[in-house]
Amino acid sequence: MGQVISLTIVLLVFWLTLSGHYTTFLITAGVISAVAIALLAYRMDISDREGHPIHLGLASITYWPWLVWQIILSALNVTRIIINPNLPISPTLTRVTMTQKTDVARVTYANSITLTPGTISVDVEGDEILVHAITSDNASDLEAGDMDRRCTRFEGKV
Amino acid sequence: MTMFTVAALALLVSLGLVLVRVIKGPTIFDRVIAGNSVGTLSVLLLAVIGYVFGRPEFIDLAITYALLNVIGTIAVLKFFRYGDLGASEDEAGS
Amino acid sequence: MDAALYFLSWALLAGGGFFCVVGAVGILRMPDAFTRLHAASIIDTLGVGMIIAGLMVQSGLTLTTARLGIILVLVFFTSPVASHAIARSMRHRNVKPVLSEDRTGEGS
Repeated sequence: MGQVISLTIVLLVFWLTLSGHYTTFLITAGVISAVAIALLAYRMDISDREGHPIHLGLASITYWPWLVWQIILSALNVTRIIINPNLPISPTLTRVTMTQKTDVARVTYANSITLTPGTISVDVEGDEILVHAITSDNASDLEAGDMDRRCTRFEGKV
Repeated sequence: MTMFTVAALALLVSLGLVLVRVIKGPTIFDRVIAGNSVGTLSVLLLAVIGYVFGRPEFIDLAITYALLNVIGTIAVLKFFRYGDLGASEDEAGS
Repeated sequence: MDAALYFLSWALLAGGGFFCVVGAVGILRMPDAFTRLHAASIIDTLGVGMIIAGLMVQSGLTLTTARLGIILVLVFFTSPVASHAIARSMRHRNVKPVLSEDRTGEGS
């Protein structure tokens, strides 16, 4: 039930942000639409722990700033490679092991790998992600497993 | 020259460069990558143009573009892989 | 407008424009499709992030800032999905990346 209430609030805030006109009619229409969509999603079983993971809210406060910092660092690194006239790339294909249990945390890990410039998750086979990295250093950094540990901790704080 | 004009010009230059890759791109995947970047850049360009002309309503258009961009990319990829937008993974037998 | 905020948004917009151009140059210069994806992800992360942040600083605490925030979250959640979809369909189509080192032990 927590998911339904939280989804209603999120949808209502989205409506109010996009609308920008606060008359009685529009706000009522927004409330009705938000409640109806939340109930429909509940009936379709898509507003469960996976579709609307509110239990990860607290953990994301510590994980996302770290991820943003990593994105900035590696984007600057790739920028330096592109600007360099010699184009010093050494593309590497590697496999990293996931230690996360739930699908949400695994998606978070794979998406974090892709979002960070310099590494892309190509395919998932069982517990392993196939990763394409632009330099062998990027691949080694990922194999060291710092991001994997943080994602597992992200999952753990339920 | 305001800062918005500078940003809009930088975005136009990047759009031009990316379009060269869309035209040249040896494989279809190069074209899809470049096309995806064209989508992202036009979202930014729409948002910046809203400020250049002092009309913030353009941001609503940018939101629509951002929503459609990823769907367009995935639809093209799916069509290219299976030759059919309705095919599911197993029946296509990739 | 406050001078500090003015310079902050100047810096963010100019930086974002710079990273977009760098990403576009990267898409042109990189040798194969997999490495081009890395260049494209610079546009999707730093380019989008800095330009949207610059516009947010410009408009202050208004509804416009909230809408820009929606664009930012949308792009950050969808762009890795698109990149991964491209990479995955390249692998299923047996597009071989140009590699200098292969640690998977497939010998592909």
